[in-house]
Formats: sequence, C-alpha cells, structure tokens
Amino acid sequence: MNQLERIAAALEKGEVETVIELTNEALGAGLDPGRIVDDGLIAGMTVVGGLFRKHEIFLPDVLMAAKAMNGAMEIVKPLLTGGGGRGLGRVVIGTIEGDLHDIGKNLVGVMLKGAGFDVIDLGSDVSPGRFVDTAVESGASVIGMSALLTTTMANMEKAVRLVKERRLDEKIRVIVGGAPLSEEFAARIGADAYGFDASSAVERVAKLVGEATR
Amino acid sequence: MKPFRARLAAGDLLVSDGAMGTMILSKGFDTLATLESLNLEHPDILEEIAAEYIAAGADIVETNTFGASPMKLAGYGLADEAEAINRAAVKAARCAANRAGGRYVAGSVGPTGKLLEPYGDGKPSALRASFAEQIAVLAAEGVDAVFIETMTDLEEALLALGAAREVAPSIPVAVTLTFDETPRGFFTLMGQPLERAAGELKHSGADLVGTNCGNGIETMIRATAALRAAGTLPILVQSNAGLPEAAERGVVYPETPDFFRRKGEELITSGANIIGGCCGTTPEHIRALCAAGERRLS
Ligand code: B1M
Repeated sequence: MNQLERIAAALEKGEVETVIELTNEALGAGLDPGRIVDDGLIAGMTVVGGLFRKHEIFLPDVLMAAKAMNGAMEIVKPLLTGGGGRGLGRVVIGTIEGDLHDIGKNLVGVMLKGAGFDVIDLGSDVSPGRFVDTAVESGASVIGMSALLTTTMANMEKAVRLVKERRLDEKIRVIVGGAPLSEEFAARIGADAYGFDASSAVERVAKLVGEATR
Repeated sequence: MKPFRARLAAGDLLVSDGAMGTMILSKGFDTLATLESLNLEHPDILEEIAAEYIAAGADIVETNTFGASPMKLAGYGLADEAEAINRAAVKAARCAANRAGGRYVAGSVGPTGKLLEPYGDGKPSALRASFAEQIAVLAAEGVDAVFIETMTDLEEALLALGAAREVAPSIPVAVTLTFDETPRGFFTLMGQPLERAAGELKHSGADLVGTNCGNGIETMIRATAALRAAGTLPILVQSNAGLPEAAERGVVYPETPDFFRRKGEELITSGANIIGGCCGTTPEHIRALCAAGERRLS
C-alpha cells in the first residue's frame, strides 16, 4: 500500500488521528497536496459513501470519516494552489427552508471543499431569498440545496424560480439533492442538476461551474 | 379507570391515536414556527384533535410535546416556555380524555435533534437534563404514561429512559425507535441492531419497547415480529401512512385507512400490544385499526 492508499484506508475506518498523521507525513515526504486530496481523502470518502448506501456501514462510520476528512483538509487546504480552494469556483450550500436535516448536506460540503471548491455553508432552514442573495453577494456560480422532507422539497422550486425571476440563471446554476428527491423532480422544478450522493454532487457541481458564465 | 400497567399485564390490546403534526397542519396552522407553539396559542385545537381520535376509538391520546424538550425548543428561542408548553399540552389532552372517560394520556417525548459526541456536539449529561426537565413537568401534570418516541439513536433513547426513571419512577414508559430495514435485519440510523435495542431498553427499565414512524405499516409488521422474537416486553407500534409523496398541493401519504384495516390484523398477530399511527395517519386510520382489533367503537 502506498501512502495515499494508507490515507484512504484510515479514512474508511474513521481513524481521525491516523488520517491527520498520515497526511502530515505525506506532505513531509513532498507529495502533491492535490493528489493527497484526490487519491487519498476523496477516494476514501467515495468508498465510505458507497458502503453507506449499501447498508454495510452506518451513519457513525460516515460521520467519523467526514471528521477525518475535515481534519486533514485543514492541513492541506492552505497548501493547495490558489490558497483557499483550488480556484475551482464558489458554491453556496444549505438545507432548504423548513428543513433541519443537515447531515447529508454537511457531507456534500466536506466533499466539495475537498475537491477544491470554495464553499459557503448557510446551515439549515435557509430561505430561497437568502440562498440567492448570498450567491449574488459572494459571486458564487452554484447554489446547492438539500431537502430531506417531502414537505420542504417544494421550497426548492421557489428558489429556482427566484433565480430565473432575477435573471440570474446565466450566472448561477442550481443543484439539488437529498433522499426524497430524484432526477425527475429536479428537472420538473427547473433545477440544473440533481446530486444522488456526495460524490455525484462533486461531479455535477464541477460541470455546472463550467457552464455558468461569470 | 384501570391503571395503564394493569391493562398491559392483562394482555389487553390498546389503540393509541394517530398523527398530531399532519393533523395540526391540515387544520390550517401551517405557518407555526414549531408545532408546540400551538400549545400556548390554541390549546383548543389540541383538545379537538384528541377528541377526534377518541371518537375514532383511541384508548390513548398523546400530548403535543414531541418537540417540547427545552433543548429542542431552544432552537426556536422557546426554551424558557418549556414548562408552560408541556403543561398546556397535558391539560388539553386530559380534558378530552376526561370527557370521554376511560382513556389514557401519554406524554410524548421526541429526540433533541442533536447528535451525541463524538459524532456531533451533544453532551450526554445535557441531553439527559433536558429530558428530565420535560418529563418532570409531564409527570407533575399527571400523564398516565410517557412515550419516548422516534428515536434514531439507542444511546439518546437510553438517556431519555434514564431521565424518566429518575424523575418519574412510578410512571410507565414506552420507548419507540425508528429502524431501517437492511438485508442484515433492522438497525437504527446509528447502526444499533433492533435486538440489542430491545435488550438494553428492557434492562434499563422500559415498560414497553416498540417502533414508530418508519416506512409504512408492512415494514412495521416485520419489525414487530423481530421485536417479538427478541424479547418479552409488551410492544408499542405506531406506523406512519407510508412515506409522503409530493402532490399538486402539499404532500399525500399513500396508505389508506382501508389498507390499515387489512394490515392492522397482521400487525396484531405479529405481536403488537398497543397499535396506533404516526405521520400521515388520521382518525379514519385509527378507526380502521380499531376495526382490525375487532373492538367495539365508541
Ligand atoms: C446540493 O446538492 C446535493 C447533492 C446531494 C445531496 C444533497 C445536496 N443533500 C443530500 N444529498 C445526498 O448526499 C448525501 C450523502 O450521500 C445524502 O444525504 P442524506 O441526507 O440523504 O443522507 C444522510 C447522509 C443520512 N441520513 C440522514 O441524516 C437522515 C436520517 C433520518 C433518520 C432522519 C434524521 C437523522 C433526523 N430527523 Co428526520 N430523519 C429521517 C431519516 C430517516 C432515514 N433513516 O433515512 C427522515 C428524513 N425524517 C423524516 C421526518 C418526517 C422528520 N425528521 C425530523 C427530525 C429529524 C432529526 C432532527 C431527529 C434528525 C436530523 C438531525 C440532523 N441534524 O440532520 C422532523 C423534521 C424536522 C425538520 N423540520 O427538519 C420529522 C418531521 C419528524 C417529526 N415528526 O418531527 C422523514 C421524512 C419523510 C419525508 N420524505 O418527508 C424520514 C425519511 C424518516 C421517516 N422514515 O419518516 C444524499 O441524499
């Protein structure tokens, strides 16, 4: 096993201290910070996400892996080219108004940060107006909304409509995700993308950033 | 009125009420910050809902206090109102129960919404203190039982149960969890197997164990059978009417009262001692469960 595989393996086991230690070692040995993130941390987190979906592991395992990833990111982030992120673009994320479920959204946030996006996390119970205002003020090109309740999914549509009403849809793209959603629902409310899990969210956001004109 | 525990010991089948939240919303209160703020503003609505469930045949009505632990209310700036909110809810349910006679009032206690350390920032002692504060008020106001419900973490459920045993040692306590069905059996969200949950809750002094909310009544039947196989305590099951689906206006819950009537019989056969409803159920669902139990309607 090489050093990056060791990082991924420790992350899969949720060993926070070990992941941080191995990350420091890797940096000391001159490994590229970007590769540590992609082939170590994100690779491990993707495995964790898959096992969770298959009920082979449970939420505590996912949360510990996310903690390990967060810890390692704090060390690696300042060393990535572009300082804060890798300049991949800015994303505003949050859980939609009326909804307090933030575990999935937090995982998406961790993965996006890891992948090199500059993430502004508004927390939970976020109004459509706040999503759009924050995106405009911060110059973000993507809004990412999460919902876990069938009753709050409808509020996402309001945010999508607001983006269009304010004629921001050329500049700002919208991705939605959360357990009760589907590709079809996302299309119906006019969102630009649907994220099935945290890794697919990263792929889709990368594509959206490319599309949005600045 | 025969004490609640005596009914359990006699092996009587009891029916509890159905959803509170979706009933409140259906009465036009969809702009509340939190459902519990209704307790101070409109206790008459709570009494009305309890009366509807009683008319449908419910033996037990629950208080509108699912989210009324001080820790949960703090999220809405209402922590200081916790005592008044809990008191008002018991009073409203008690009024409806007394009018009908022979009905029990169960104090509802839901999760704090915090993840315990090390996964989140929830301190066990703080959660336990918050539960103790709420349950002490429910007990002082005279509930016949405490229903600790919709727990997703066995550890949090045990903290609530410990608090109940401490501040209200003589009041019967039921603990229900929501389980995910996996190819390897039923687990809580935090990965604790159903069998372990049943064992630890019994060991820690629960009077009933059970499951609520969930993913429709058919899953509940399987979970009940698993609970029956795992232990000897009486079982409380409150099923939701399936997972809600988005509709033109708002949401619809797919499982009808008729479906509940048909499946209710299986639920009883699989070992449930108290049956009732959760999200999306209505007095009609409760009427159907009563019919399933071949009970005489009031
Ligand atoms: C931006 O782009 C993207 C892209 C991808 C995105 C994305 C965004 N967001 C998510 N993804 C995707 O990536 C993530 C990683 O793979 C995934 O995220 P998920 O969020 O899907 O997955 C997480 C990693 C793990 N999953 C979760 O965290 C949710 C787990 C369950 C158990 C759950 C929990 C934990 C909670 N809950 Co609630 N809860 C349930 C859930 C039942 C279950 N077993 O699933 C569910 C979601 N809850 C439900 C309900 C009804 C409720 N809950 C409530 C409360 C709570 C707790 C506070 C106790 C707690 C939340 C704690 C927290 N801080 O988040 C209440 C509502 C509170 C509110 N206003 O929000 C309450 C209304 C209960 C009540 N009666 O009060 C049900 C929703 C039914 C529905 N479809 O509407 C529910 C399915 C349970 C059930 N079986 O009935 C993907 O969906």
